[in-house]
Amino acid sequence: MSTTATRDLPCQQIVELVTDYLEGAMDAPLLASFEAHLAGCPHCTHYLEQIEATIRVAGTITAEDLVPEFRAGLLEAFHEFRQH
Amino acid sequence: MSLPPDEDAPLLDALRAGDERAFAALVDKYGPSLLRLAQLYVSSRAVAEEVVQETWLAVLTGIERFEGRSSLKTWLFRILTNKAKTRGQREGRTLPFSSLASDGDEDQTAVAVERFARGGAWATPPRGVPEERLLAGETRARVEQAISALPPNQRAVITLRDVDGLSAEEACNVLGLSETNQRVLLHRARAKVRTALERYLEDA
Repeated sequence: MSTTATRDLPCQQIVELVTDYLEGAMDAPLLASFEAHLAGCPHCTHYLEQIEATIRVAGTITAEDLVPEFRAGLLEAFHEFRQH
Repeated sequence: MSLPPDEDAPLLDALRAGDERAFAALVDKYGPSLLRLAQLYVSSRAVAEEVVQETWLAVLTGIERFEGRSSLKTWLFRILTNKAKTRGQREGRTLPFSSLASDGDEDQTAVAVERFARGGAWATPPRGVPEERLLAGETRARVEQAISALPPNQRAVITLRDVDGLSAEEACNVLGLSETNQRVLLHRARAKVRTALERYLEDA
């Protein structure tokens, strides 16, 4: 949980707090200060949007399917297991 | 505290009853992610496949005693990381997770210091996100590339959280990390991938 005095934070500090913000790991005074900064700072808002875009794009990555031989091998192992 | 219902409860019940289709469904659902995770710990795809196979056998052996206090997904991924770590150690690989908080880049900042003026306001600010370009396959490829260039522990955290969609708590349990370490690794990982994404979007 991040805690800081509630004075206005510089942009350079805001970018280091973005993950705490998105993870819900800020106490109330810091959250208020963070959100007040964002409201008045289009640059940090863009930064946050880019982080959110990064997360969104990452969420569209899919792992390669298992190669058919390997998948078949796993199912075979299942059968063998069931027989013991 | 009651647990949320496990999304895999029906498959789990069917697997307990020995249903092959349930096993195949779980293999198809989680096999690719397990294989990707295993490859962070061991030297080759072939060894990673063995680790994945061992994991499924451990699941079949352990399923009777599995009480569902963690989700099936967490249990499965945790078995995988245990086995992959053991295997990686036996191979003499330096363990990416041995010193978790430190990956040699403590000094790192989310954004290059040159982009700020003295006093910490933006000097070279980021621009808005061109939403229409985010859906392009090329953008996804760049993000994927940036993720694979990360140190293994950052890569494991961002992959579990943002690619596989695990919660923070699940990722901590799977990787054996404290909440704080998990968050630090996620922060560094996302910051680097964002930098790559920004560079790509601005170049074109």
